[in-house]
Amino acid sequence: MVEKRPLLDFVSHAVLVVGAVLVAFPIYVCFVASTHSLEAIMQVPMPLLPGSHFLENYKQVLLAGSTKGSQAAVLDMLLNSTIMALVVPLGKITISILSAFAIVYFRFPMRNVFFWMIFVTLMLPVEVRIIPTFKVMADLGLLNTYAGLTLPLIASATATFLFRQFFMTIPDELAEAARMDGAGPMRFFVDVVWPLSKTTMAALFVIQFIYGWNQYLWPLLITSDESMYTVVIGIKRMIVGGDAANEWQLVMATAMLAMLPPAMVVLLMQKWFVKGLVETEK
Amino acid sequence: MADVSLRDVRKSYGAVQVIQGIGMDIADGEFVVMVGPSGCGKSTLLRMVAGLETITSGTISIGGRVVNDLEPKDRNIAMVFQNYALYPHMSVFDNMAYGLKIQGLAKAEIEARVQRAAGILELSKLLARRPRELSGGQRQRVAMGRAIVREPSVFLFDEPLSNLDAKLRVQMRSELQALHRRLGTTTLYVTHDQVEAMTLANRMMVMNGGHAEQIGAPLEVYSRPATAFVAAFIGSPPMNLVAGRMTADGGAIEGEGGVAIRLPVARPALAGREVLLGVRPEHLEGCAESEAMLQPDVDFMELLGSDSLVYGHLGTNKQGARVAARLHTSVVAKAGHLPLRFADEHLHLFDPASGKRIEP
Amino acid sequence: MDKRVTFRSAWLPYLLVAPQLAITVVFFFWPAGQAVWFSFQLQDAFGESTQFVWFDNFTSLFRDPHYLASFKTTAIFSAAVASLGIGFSLLLAVMADRVVRGALAYKTVLIWPYAVAAAVAGVLWSFLFAPSIGVVTFLLKGLGVDWNWIIKGDQAMLLVVVASVWKQISYNFLFFLAGLQSIPKSLIEAAAIDGAGPARRFWTIVLPLLSPTTFFLLVVNIVYAFFDTFGVIDSTTQGGPAQATQILVYKVYHDGVKAADIGGSSAQSVVLMAIVIALTAIQFRYIERKVHY
Repeated sequence: MVEKRPLLDFVSHAVLVVGAVLVAFPIYVCFVASTHSLEAIMQVPMPLLPGSHFLENYKQVLLAGSTKGSQAAVLDMLLNSTIMALVVPLGKITISILSAFAIVYFRFPMRNVFFWMIFVTLMLPVEVRIIPTFKVMADLGLLNTYAGLTLPLIASATATFLFRQFFMTIPDELAEAARMDGAGPMRFFVDVVWPLSKTTMAALFVIQFIYGWNQYLWPLLITSDESMYTVVIGIKRMIVGGDAANEWQLVMATAMLAMLPPAMVVLLMQKWFVKGLVETEK
Repeated sequence: MADVSLRDVRKSYGAVQVIQGIGMDIADGEFVVMVGPSGCGKSTLLRMVAGLETITSGTISIGGRVVNDLEPKDRNIAMVFQNYALYPHMSVFDNMAYGLKIQGLAKAEIEARVQRAAGILELSKLLARRPRELSGGQRQRVAMGRAIVREPSVFLFDEPLSNLDAKLRVQMRSELQALHRRLGTTTLYVTHDQVEAMTLANRMMVMNGGHAEQIGAPLEVYSRPATAFVAAFIGSPPMNLVAGRMTADGGAIEGEGGVAIRLPVARPALAGREVLLGVRPEHLEGCAESEAMLQPDVDFMELLGSDSLVYGHLGTNKQGARVAARLHTSVVAKAGHLPLRFADEHLHLFDPASGKRIEP
Repeated sequence: MDKRVTFRSAWLPYLLVAPQLAITVVFFFWPAGQAVWFSFQLQDAFGESTQFVWFDNFTSLFRDPHYLASFKTTAIFSAAVASLGIGFSLLLAVMADRVVRGALAYKTVLIWPYAVAAAVAGVLWSFLFAPSIGVVTFLLKGLGVDWNWIIKGDQAMLLVVVASVWKQISYNFLFFLAGLQSIPKSLIEAAAIDGAGPARRFWTIVLPLLSPTTFFLLVVNIVYAFFDTFGVIDSTTQGGPAQATQILVYKVYHDGVKAADIGGSSAQSVVLMAIVIALTAIQFRYIERKVHY
């Protein structure tokens, strides 16, 4: 704060408030809509204060899905989403920390080749290779399975890069001291590298959890069986077309449920979230 | 405890030879300091003894056993790093115990050794702390503690005091001396600070560009430097070195621009020869004009209290033959010529081409 | 690039790299290679026989008016998403950097949309903009706008742009905030002493110093608009009405999955791959210069 400019301060707050309201508005409307009956929503304009159908709507979607469109119980879909959102980060972190360790702390033939092979995966998101990846999964018999849902998403190298970057900042002398102390490479990894990597892992976990939870295109392709739907897919399947024909109150309730876990993760782990975001892309 | 032997040790990175044939026998219990300017190879040499760098040719032996191909952990050595290299997530106790745990020592033995080292280094109350909660001096002591508990044959120190402030450095120097007196372990110590070298060493190796210019006890290196480099490196302010040609009678040297220094004792054998004449600032005394061997023009002075440093030049070229003298403050003139003389035993002569000492 | 100290082992590094390498080869290189392979082939309607047709798929692609239209649509879409996304976020970040009180509260609200899936964002906004019952529709009709995105292509585009920008604001905001906070306060103070007011300081000092962040976000936002917005499109317009919102990645999906045109879809994938590689290469070349190990 350089000088005192009360007018500019007021404008700053005003802009931020307007921005915050605009950003929060859709979510608020979503919540309100999820607590009303369909008739109330179909009125124009829709009421902007919460209604009384909260329990009824949520119970309906959690246990039985909507009555038109997808009939999958949202509870099942939440389970699928949770599995995906946990397996992807855990899988990614595990294989990435090991390969980053190998690439940084060993010199071996083919090291550069492996490094570039992994590097290349950063360049092509899954959306670009959907058809053939689908074919590979079909050939391997992994359609409609958790393995099929998660494995292609574990393949990208964002985590490897973050770990590599972090390992480069560990002072050389630490490894030398460990070597003098008689520690072999895996001992060094377990006793020194792993504990020091905890904040990086937390940051990665937050980002990858959200990434895994919010996946859309890939689960869309690979699951045809309703029991394997994730909640994000489930919402889409509830919308049968046109706007009058949808059970909006149920769709909105499902949307709230779909937004809640990642939002919780962001809120509770905000510090790691910001760190993970800002450092992943650098 | 063991002796250390370096025989024609060399190291090359590709075509560049960074360590050029160093040899030295270090006796059991000796404190040897390797000193020299940045890039002279002293740390590389230390790391070769430690096993952190490979040896291109030559042998390094510890306790009579050639260790060229042994891993650091098998050489029975311990190292203290310049920036301590403490494991940041472990307590002081765990930092010191780590190597012992890997060796598989019994818990009771580990406890005993750590407590003993902590006692020697006054760390007993800090054993539960993390490194980030300690001051620089405390961290340095933990690093030393980690080395002590291994009860090695040789201690290796890589510029351990460089990261400490001046006052702390003086204190740690005396602590290191006390430690060495107490434990008597053979020690190799690397530093760029010649004061540390002079005060700590039993013997020192002055290094330059990958080779050893001189190996000897501190006082010997100080009073009989083997080369002009050593002469200028040891001592603060550095030894005055003036280039000139010996006169026909060997009684003085004369240089460009009217530079002239009379020798206390003539050396006719060196008549006509090009030399570098060296005399330390602390060995110059003020005198009467008639007795003066050199009379520099005074450029500026640093009044340090009882002593003063006077900086001047000989001859007409201001940037030419620069001379410094450390004199009693009462003797110092304000400006103009300063008549100075020195004793013959404090005269040093070096060959300008090779830098080597010329015996008088 | 390299650590000074490394361990020596003949087999351990290979073991450590193996899992990631295996997954990468099976789920990345193999399919990517197949995409390239398929793009050179023509499959008949039943998938029975395949014919190697060299670059025919590519040439017919670039002659196809629908494909070229999709290019144009994608260009407009990503330009809109990137510029609006960056513009709004920059404004919010600059304001957030100035205020002391309530900063945490604003920040918390503004980063929420990151957690929302693209598809869910699409659903939320299509609800708000629903032609008959949407809240925003109601406001627009009150202003005299005849709103029906199901019929009008331009309005459909507006819908998906709004939903996409909304979702991306958090990301851009966080990066801009970090960028602003990394500008040394002493520079701003020196400028103030030199007599520069807030507006001038912003344009002549802050914005230039922020340019690496801005450039970085530009590339990221374009890549985002190309790919991560699939969920928005599929949950709202499905590329309609009449392909008004059919961006390139959606066409890949539509042609490959709905229309079973493997060759054409693969060729489109290859084109997209080339574009992404170019964008990422630009980004890495520019950013790597700024990164020090």
